[in-house]
Amino acid sequence: MLHNLSIGELGRRLNSGQISSAELARYFLARIERLNPALNALITPTPELALAQAKDADRRRAAGEQGPLLGIPLIHKDIFCTNGVRTSCGSRMLDNFIAPYDATVVAQLKAAGAVMLGKANMDEFAMGSSNETSFYGPVGNPWDTTKVPGGSSGGSAAATAARLVPFATGTDTGGSIRQPAALTGVTGVKPTYGRVSRFGMIAFASSLDQAGVLACSAEDAAIVLKVMAGFDPRDSTSIDLPVPDYPAALNAPLAGLKIGLLREFFDGLEARNTALIQDALRIYRGLGAETVEVSLPHLPLSVPTYYVVAPAECSSNLSRFDGVRYGYRCTQPKDLLDMYKRSRGEGFGAEVKRRIMTGTYVLSAGYFDAYYLKAQKVRRLITDDFRKAFERVDLLIGPTTPTPAFAIGAKIDDPVTMYLNDIYTIGANLAGLPGLSLPCGFVEELPMGLQLIGPHFSEGKLLNAAHQFQQATDWHRRSPRGYE
Amino acid sequence: MNLTRQDVEKIAHLARLSITEQEMPVYVTSLSSIVNFVDELSRVDTGGVEPMAHPLEGQHQRLRADAVSESDHHEKYQANAPAVQAGLYVVPRVIE
Repeated sequence: MLHNLSIGELGRRLNSGQISSAELARYFLARIERLNPALNALITPTPELALAQAKDADRRRAAGEQGPLLGIPLIHKDIFCTNGVRTSCGSRMLDNFIAPYDATVVAQLKAAGAVMLGKANMDEFAMGSSNETSFYGPVGNPWDTTKVPGGSSGGSAAATAARLVPFATGTDTGGSIRQPAALTGVTGVKPTYGRVSRFGMIAFASSLDQAGVLACSAEDAAIVLKVMAGFDPRDSTSIDLPVPDYPAALNAPLAGLKIGLLREFFDGLEARNTALIQDALRIYRGLGAETVEVSLPHLPLSVPTYYVVAPAECSSNLSRFDGVRYGYRCTQPKDLLDMYKRSRGEGFGAEVKRRIMTGTYVLSAGYFDAYYLKAQKVRRLITDDFRKAFERVDLLIGPTTPTPAFAIGAKIDDPVTMYLNDIYTIGANLAGLPGLSLPCGFVEELPMGLQLIGPHFSEGKLLNAAHQFQQATDWHRRSPRGYE
Repeated sequence: MNLTRQDVEKIAHLARLSITEQEMPVYVTSLSSIVNFVDELSRVDTGGVEPMAHPLEGQHQRLRADAVSESDHHEKYQANAPAVQAGLYVVPRVIE
């Protein structure tokens, strides 16, 4: 079946003329129409635009153009601005917002000929770990639709896991690519801070946000990341370094690779989950890697550090939503202050308001030093721990999440419990490091993720290590029942 | 430390957020639990540690030349505005 083919294989069929881009787009659009209602993974399907883009890809191919993504379908997380298409960020605030330009990531993928089938559901303004904070409703996990797919890139992950699309874009501020990738059994990459442009990507926490990809394998993710990555003068945090040929590095042997086991990640981890990680380590040792235990003593402070830094930055970034220039405006404001307060109070959902208020509090007079400045200092301690670890090892390994997917509704009323879902992923964001989650087995018939974290700009090594694991295992090929 | 209703009202005002009567007790409880949770940081010894604002050491935000790089898109951008008149954003009267 077409939906189980790799991006490389789809490209070969497009190049040989076995199938056209338009046929491929129609195939996946039909799959979305049939299967998305039970998942709610897409907020806005764009079938007409998709067919126009697919026909354009067919014309380009007929004119002799080739390219690994020419004619390959994708969906964009609804945080990326798409010219002429509603860009809601999962919020009532932007329910009526038609983006007037393309994000750089969208433009790069469009230029490569990838065909957008629609916009993916997400936690409101990317604030959530379960996709339950979306104005457009929760997303079902294709492995069990009573369970969450994770978040905030929950729609991107569920759609990729259900093979509604070969790949999807996502963003990761505290785990929002890796955690949903783990809970839905797909491969997700959060690149180094500054590796991928954030121009046109609606800001949440600017010292943490990074764009990336969710796909069915490390090989597919490598193909996509090569197109997405690179310098963008329109993003002042974009890093001006050449982009390595990620696909070309996938087959490098792992002999001699030093993998560090994060001791702090195993404290309190359930035995069944630990066993899956131990199995993965055996596979890596079989591939010639060496495993050593390392300790990052400040890592357990990641979550409280993050829940000062991220809300502080969010409260500042989201002040732009004022009911004046775009977005929701309340009816019949009695004065300017009433318009600001009610437009924001009615336009934002409960979790977004909670984060804005947390951030406002930690930045307010009398609390700035005790919370914000303190968190920035602890952030340095955590970052220094990683730096020291990478003097000894090439990459770090551990679980992506403490548990498999939980039930929709189980944690939504208890923010701190929800925040602790990201206990293993947040460290990489605080230190600006690249991280990758790949499927490594099942607990209670639900997928679990193995996380790899590397030094800055080591995406190629992470993808290489993930690909070698996927050559030796078939977890990434498993499909949820009903979506085979 | 637990926040009071008055604390939350003040924060909401600073953040320009209207909070309904039903929402208020939920925020008093949940914001208190978050503040208590992040209070763990106060027990960490950070003597002599410089605060870290940028995740990549040595990287600074670039400045660009102060030159016009965009053409005029105001009509397209204002199509998203709730109220526009003669190319201007319309808000409730602020000067009597």
